[in-house]
Formats: sequence, C-alpha cells, structure tokens
Amino acid sequence: MADMLELTAVEAHEAMAAGELDAGEYAEAWSKAAAGDDLNAYLWRNEDGDGGAIAVDRPSIAPIAVKDIFCTEGVPTTAGSRILDGYRPPYTATAVQRLIEAGAPILGKTNMDEFAMGSSNENSAYGPVLNPWDRTRVPGGSSGGSAAVVGGGLAPWAIGTDTGGSIRQPAALCGIVGLKPTYGAISRYGMIAFASSLDQCGPLTRDVRDAALLLAILQGADPCDSTSVGLRQAPQLPDREDLKGLRFAVPSDLTEHVFDAGVRQVFEATLEKIEALGGELGEVSLPHAEHGISAYYVIAPAEASSNLARYDGVRYGMRAGADGDLIQMYEKTRAEGFGAEVKRRIMLGTYALSSGYYDAYYGQAQKVRTKIAADFRTAFEEFDFVVTPTSPSVAFGLGEKTADPLAMYLNDFFTVPMSLAGIPAISIPAGLSEPEGGGPRLPVGFQIAAPAFAEQGLLDASYALEQAIGFDARPQGVRGG
Amino acid sequence: MAGELSGILEHVDRIAALDLDDVEPTSHVVELENVLRADVPHESLPKDVALASAPDPVDGAFRVPSPQAE
Repeated sequence: MADMLELTAVEAHEAMAAGELDAGEYAEAWSKAAAGDDLNAYLWRNEDGDGGAIAVDRPSIAPIAVKDIFCTEGVPTTAGSRILDGYRPPYTATAVQRLIEAGAPILGKTNMDEFAMGSSNENSAYGPVLNPWDRTRVPGGSSGGSAAVVGGGLAPWAIGTDTGGSIRQPAALCGIVGLKPTYGAISRYGMIAFASSLDQCGPLTRDVRDAALLLAILQGADPCDSTSVGLRQAPQLPDREDLKGLRFAVPSDLTEHVFDAGVRQVFEATLEKIEALGGELGEVSLPHAEHGISAYYVIAPAEASSNLARYDGVRYGMRAGADGDLIQMYEKTRAEGFGAEVKRRIMLGTYALSSGYYDAYYGQAQKVRTKIAADFRTAFEEFDFVVTPTSPSVAFGLGEKTADPLAMYLNDFFTVPMSLAGIPAISIPAGLSEPEGGGPRLPVGFQIAAPAFAEQGLLDASYALEQAIGFDARPQGVRGG
Repeated sequence: MAGELSGILEHVDRIAALDLDDVEPTSHVVELENVLRADVPHESLPKDVALASAPDPVDGAFRVPSPQAE
C-alpha cells in the first residue's frame, strides 16, 4: 500500500484485519515518519523498534505516540521536567499497558508543558513544541507534543492528559480531535500526578472514529486506581448521520465573553450545521461557569503543591546540592529542577492550603466546583449537549503570552468548567480562521460536552457533525498538504 | 514573581464574593461508594529495582546528606 500513512487508525486496523496491510511494514513507515520530527515534538523515539519492556511482539493496530507523563518501564519519562531528567520508571502506566496488550507499538514519548502545567508547551524544560501549521506559533498545551505529532503527520494517533483543557485545547490549535473522557473512565495508574481530582487520560486523533477506537482500548476499571470505574458500555465506532431529536445548548454566560471574531464566526457556522442536521439549538445559563478559572487556579495548584512534594532528590530524579546538608539539598534540587510555572503553582497551592486561608481559598473553590457541576446537571435535564468554542483564539505566537501568566490561564476559559464537573468533552476541528493581527488561516476547535458517562452519545453526535463539517485542511507538507 | 502571584490572586479572589455558605464542597465529582478490595497478597517491587533510579543508593538504602549542618 503506497499511501498507508493516509489511512486513519480505524482504516488501518480494518485493512490489517483483512490481510490487506502488513502491520510490521505499516509500523515501520510510521517510525520513519516520526524520525522526521522537526517540531521538537518527541522527547524519546522508539528508534530500534524495540523499547525493551514496552515492546510489542505482534503489532496489530496503529502505532501510537504517548505523552511523556505516562510511566514506561525502562524508558525515559520526564513529564517535561528537568527534575526527572534521566528517570527510567520501574513500571508501565495502565493506559500504556492496555495499548501494548492491544498490539499498538509505542512510537515515542511526546514533549509537554512541565508536569502538564501550561497551555502553550512553552513550559517544557526541553524547549517548546512548534505548531505544524505555523512554526512561529504554539501547538497549545499541555499535551502539545501529542497534538503536534498527529496534526503534523508524525504519528497516526496519540494519548495525552487533560486537567483543565490539556487535550482539547492543543487538539483545537493543531486541527485534530481531542477527547477528555469522564473522570474515572481511564486508569490514572502510572500517570504522573498534577491535580489528582481532575487529571484524566484521553485520545488525540485525526478523526472521531479513531477517538472511539482508542477510548475503547484505554477505558476500564483498574485495581491500581481506586477512582477508575470505566465506562458502563464499551464504546462502539460511531456511524450516526444526523442530529435529529438531539438538543444542543449554548451557554450564554461563557459565549458572551469577548473572544476572537474569527473563532466566533466558525462557531456560529458550526451551530448552523447542527441545525441543518436536524439538531435543536437553545441557550442555557451556567451561572457559575465563568468562575471556573478562579476555582481551577486554586484547586489545581493546591493538589499540585501536595503531589509535587515527592520530588526531593532522594529516591529518583535529579539531585543538586549534595555537598550541603539535607535541607540545602532539598532546596537546591527543587530550585534547579523545577521551572518557573511549576514554582508559581506550588507557591499558589501552598498558600491556598495554608492555615487561615484554607477556607477562603480551597474551601470556597470546592464549593464553586459543586455549583458548576450542579449548573451542568440542570442544563442536561433539558439538553443533551453543551457546546462552546474550544479555545478563545487560534494558535498564538511563541512568546506572545509568556510574560502574563493570567492571560495564559484564560486560554482554558471554555475547557475548565467541564473538567471541574468531571464530564466528558470533545474538541473537533470546525474550520480555519485568520489569526487576530493577520497571517495564514489556522484551525478552530468546536467543543461538545455531555453528561458523565455519556461518551457514546457524544461520539455519535460528534461523528455526524464531523461529516457535515468535512474538515480536510492539513498543514503544508503533511500528507500532500 | 511576587507581582504575578498578586495578579493571579486578585483574579482568584472574585470567588470570595460569592455567597456559598450552605453549599457542600466537592472533592470528587463522580459518585462512588467506598468498598474494600480483596486482600490478595502480591509481589512487592524488588529492592534493587526500587533503588535503581536513586541518585545515591548505598547498602540497599537511599543515602542522603546529613540533616545537620557541619
């Protein structure tokens, strides 16, 4: 097959099952494609096709790129941090183990914002990932490497993690599909923790059917993660063609805020497509959703400040200041090992949890979280889905927002409420738009959120809408683009 | 960094004005019932594997600098 890289993962899977595609040759072709990485998207590539403990004996499904936040036995795992430079975990994350057992060769580990903290990939200790559509722009984050390899033709599909938008936002900025499943759908065992009550693994893929197939492999309860429950039914490949009888809500509390005119235009055109497919549109109020960013930037740093206490230069990872006393060693290791954004969040989180401030910050944020989840539950009594743009803008320039952390945080404005509510949400490419300030047109993502564990309905509706949108643009140089 | 943190806290402070006195805090969003797992014995991580990534393993233990300044 000459154009095997053109196949989606589902098409390749079907061709392999039918004996029309040699799984070894296919995996080899993708290894070669991955070796052409000029986006700084891979931190480690499985060059000899071996990978030791994570090797796949008989490939039977498309090879996959894995965000470097997942532990892989004997294979470097950095979480984008200097503090884990050279770390080779003694075990493999459940999500990755499921991929290996399904016969998916691991192509490599992808670059990311340090400990998944960021929306641009500029917080990686190993340099930023470049956006395949425009190398002067960011791919989004924190799963920027995973989004860039799929968008840039360096992997057929990838997995990432989403805490406040870290799958959906980079998927939107790189013109691909990104799905954050319901909290608990996929095991977090071996996924390096950022904010444990929010972190969730999910697929980054070329289309919705690939996302469904990947979710089917990844999901399931795991005895090693007591918060994992899996989905009630194994996801099926979607084939729905219309949206008749389905009700879509636009949350006016979010969409009345200012965002790029080009993004709004694509968003409104997509709403028209929903109606053309027979879907009903309405408005809904999510009165607390606009406070999502405030609540999130208390809860996530608070949990991170506790989770990241383990990096102390004693059991694994780097050590600095070994010539001083114990406290000096801790301080030097953490001062040299962590980047600025991680330090910022550890300080915010420690402050929010400190005696005298706990109720005002962490306690209040957890109450806002209750209200946001309740707002969604009320909305889903009347509607099947809530829809928003995924990101307020298309991909922004490298360095454009690094001086203002708050401006960077506001990138997650549309994605954080769903994370706080624990509900599934997908971003699908909906069109191209010129960036504010001019330049070549870039992808815009459309976000659809559903009630907890309603992944099948979400995939079915997204598939129907994806067919109607017919997004077939690709970056220059990618598969003939 | 102090200025940046103040800016973030100012934004975060908006939620302080919300009246949420009677609202229960949420620490886990998906409703789960607490259950006890079966008590099945299994192999622990072998000591040499656990020590393999340590910056300064010695005599089957993690060595650290003295807690007391010299």
